[in-house]
Amino acid sequence: MMGVKKKIVGLAIAIVAMTGSNYAKADSINLTGAGATFPYPIYSKWFSEYNKAHPDVKINYQSIGSGGGVKQITEKTVDFGASDAPMSDYEMTLVKAPLVHIPTVLGAVVLAYNLPEIGEDLKLTGENVADIFLGNITKWNDPKIAAVNPGKNLPDTVIVVAHRSDGSGTSYVFTDYLSKVSHTWKGKVGTGKSVNWPAGLGGKGNEGVTGLIKQTPGSIGYIELGYALQNKIPFASVKNKSGDFIKPSIESVSAAAAGVKLPEDYRVSITDADGKDAYPISAFTYLLVYKKQADAVKGKALVDFLKWAMHEGQKAAPALYYSPLPEAVGSRVDQTIAQISVAP
Amino acid sequence: MKGDRIFEQASRMFAILLVVIVASIGFLLLKESLPAIRKFGWQFPFSSIWDPVAEVFGAWPFLYGTIVSSILALVIALPLSLGIAIFLAELAPPYLKAPVAFLTELLAAIPSVIYGLWGLFFLVPWLRTSVEPFLIKHFGFLPFFKGPPYGIGMLAAGLILAIMILPIISSISREVLQAVPNHQREAALALGATRWEATRMAVLRYGKAGLLGAVFLGLGRALGETMAVTMLIGNRPEVSLSLLAPGHTMASVIANEFAEASGPMHLSALMGVGLALFGTTMVVNAGARFLVWKVSGGRGEVRE
Amino acid sequence: MMGRDTLRKWVNRWMLALTFASALIAMVPLFLIFFHILSHGIGAINLDFFTEMPKPVGETGGGFANAIAGSLVLLALACSVGLPIGIFGGIYLAEYGGRKTGEVVRFFSDLLNGTPSIVVGMFCYAILVKPMKHFSAAAGGAALGIIMIPTVLSTTETMLKMVPRSLREGALALGLPYWKTMSSIVLKSARAGILTGVLLAIARVAGETAPLLFTALGNQFWSLSLKEPIAALPLQIFTFAISPYEDWHNQAWAGATVLILMVLCLNVVSRFFMKNKLARGRS
Repeated sequence: MMGVKKKIVGLAIAIVAMTGSNYAKADSINLTGAGATFPYPIYSKWFSEYNKAHPDVKINYQSIGSGGGVKQITEKTVDFGASDAPMSDYEMTLVKAPLVHIPTVLGAVVLAYNLPEIGEDLKLTGENVADIFLGNITKWNDPKIAAVNPGKNLPDTVIVVAHRSDGSGTSYVFTDYLSKVSHTWKGKVGTGKSVNWPAGLGGKGNEGVTGLIKQTPGSIGYIELGYALQNKIPFASVKNKSGDFIKPSIESVSAAAAGVKLPEDYRVSITDADGKDAYPISAFTYLLVYKKQADAVKGKALVDFLKWAMHEGQKAAPALYYSPLPEAVGSRVDQTIAQISVAP
Repeated sequence: MKGDRIFEQASRMFAILLVVIVASIGFLLLKESLPAIRKFGWQFPFSSIWDPVAEVFGAWPFLYGTIVSSILALVIALPLSLGIAIFLAELAPPYLKAPVAFLTELLAAIPSVIYGLWGLFFLVPWLRTSVEPFLIKHFGFLPFFKGPPYGIGMLAAGLILAIMILPIISSISREVLQAVPNHQREAALALGATRWEATRMAVLRYGKAGLLGAVFLGLGRALGETMAVTMLIGNRPEVSLSLLAPGHTMASVIANEFAEASGPMHLSALMGVGLALFGTTMVVNAGARFLVWKVSGGRGEVRE
Repeated sequence: MMGRDTLRKWVNRWMLALTFASALIAMVPLFLIFFHILSHGIGAINLDFFTEMPKPVGETGGGFANAIAGSLVLLALACSVGLPIGIFGGIYLAEYGGRKTGEVVRFFSDLLNGTPSIVVGMFCYAILVKPMKHFSAAAGGAALGIIMIPTVLSTTETMLKMVPRSLREGALALGLPYWKTMSSIVLKSARAGILTGVLLAIARVAGETAPLLFTALGNQFWSLSLKEPIAALPLQIFTFAISPYEDWHNQAWAGATVLILMVLCLNVVSRFFMKNKLARGRS
């Protein structure tokens, strides 16, 4: 018995020693980040590419939702957070040291649906979307939907609503938009990363909701553009403030960001934007980083990465269906990054 | 003698450490959930609103979901488990006993996430395309089968839980039945009873408490199941009579929202849900152990 | 009278058939699960699966190497926490457990056994991750180790109690101190049985996902470090399974195949030993 137990303990010690020595090696820098699922496709691409360019830097990013990103960076259990929802004033008060929002890319929240018989060009107004998610419109052939889709043969199928079950920046952007276009929504549900959804099934992460839509006939849900395109799920054109039905795309998202007055700390909402070609449910997504980096090695690695993201990284955005930052914004962000101090 | 003292103290230290760890878990849950309990009072377990925006939290949807999914699982699993236990303990020919017992135990070894994976890709589509439309068509007048056939929902969760708790109930039941002294059976048979009658009158009646204990143990497992449930239940804090509707359980809401609960009341409310979960499983398991212990006449071996 | 007897015989046959049918019905999901997992998983298992890291979204290929290694690290850590407490705790109960203390310890062990694993994860987040300001393999291993304790403890107690008194008394009569009797004689005699408990406990925690959600967190890179987040097989299966990507689904099936084979081997081996040991013990 002692022999076997000794062996197990010995193995455990060996592994501990092995990993301990691994940790002592100076050439491997491990950063941990967590948060938004909205930009996960491009972040995972960035971290993989960056690791190829700098093999000693491993940036581990876990997409647990914007709510998780905000919470964990506040607790300092991760090196950086990620969120599509800018932190609220209240959340900022919980943070013990100055924290900056670094916008990385722009994306679109699209209404993706699973109804093969109606094709890919469904049109919806803001009111329609609010009514569907409030549970007021329950069938696809509801007169209100038919009114904006003349000539379409809408089936008498029940609409299955899909929403997020976790704390989500995508939900925040979506509910922010709905609160702007529907008084009922604003009063009844409001804006937030986690809200009291009046109807539907809950999926975890953009991934989970996309999976739900894909597998459930008659469903509709809100996901990031890239997820819809990569999984070949059709999505709706939404009526914007100027009255046009806009299809979400890299251009229409950039149009939403153009002409928006960016505050000093970049915390802004660009939903329901003015602009003829603007897609009304667009958003910046942010990395959340402490202004004073305590760890010299990690801090420098993080800052270097941010600089890379602002230049090299932006080039990868269109291929994954995200809009790169507008030039003016990009140069402002460069200045913000320069102000991040790394401990000596 | 010194060596003896050290050895004894070391063992006692580790045993006490176990107690300390478990007590700390309960203590931590209690401490962290106090803010929510103070704010919402006794309403907390019975209020249905779970609204992180308005910072209003009520745990009823999760209690309801846990209870309904577990009871549904029991209703499905109990007859089957009992059947297997009786089969293995009383009626099976020797050449079948070992393989059937072995296979039933294999079910117990499958990890939860794999049940969830299988459920998601096979059980749910089957429910959505065959079972649920059938139920709606023929029994749709009942409040239990109202609503669209999502596939995902209470029924899927209940079914997968049933498969998961079946081996526990059947193996404990089988041990209980086997512990019934032979003279009970023999007496019944001597009086001319058929094998089934002997089983029913003598063995089952004698082992009733133990069988109930086995059911409690299965219930205890169902209450705490997380992964398979969260993948199949729809993750929606809704209280609905319909089995076709999505729901949430105490364990699945924690899995979904714990990593990101940032408002202090949100986290405290989740801790409160955890406390409720901990407390419920404690009560159910304690009841189970007591019942099985009673029947096995002392220390019943009920380890997995 | 004749009619009634025929009815009884008929009922008897039917009940026999029903109980047998129950057994068959229970087998159906078992076989289906195995069939589906193997048929979907085998196709996706190749050398890459065991040697590559997961690829970023949109790129095909990649593997579960980091998850498999991560699980092994976590299991080793779990053993280092769970085995000392479980085995020494079992020794305490078998040898020194006075009525009162013994009952308390057993009660708490039962309580822990019935505690949902996600609650253990919450606990480890609060006492390890938050103060350390790190998601880590250490926290994940600790959570799994805690879950292991009750299984190891009760098997150890049972196996030690089965060692005949005469063995202990013989050794003591020969002048061995009690602790040496325990370590050299009694434990050695019970070791096969204790090992089965250990294997069962490992099999149980190898498949645990919930407690890792907020402790080990997950990692798409290769990492064996204790202070960093780490990938784990069941965790990665979960992440890939709920994603919308076909490629990830295939890899989830492959991961499930590896996991289920691993867990089953552990279970079968340990139960085989257990039956042997119990049979010998009873004779």
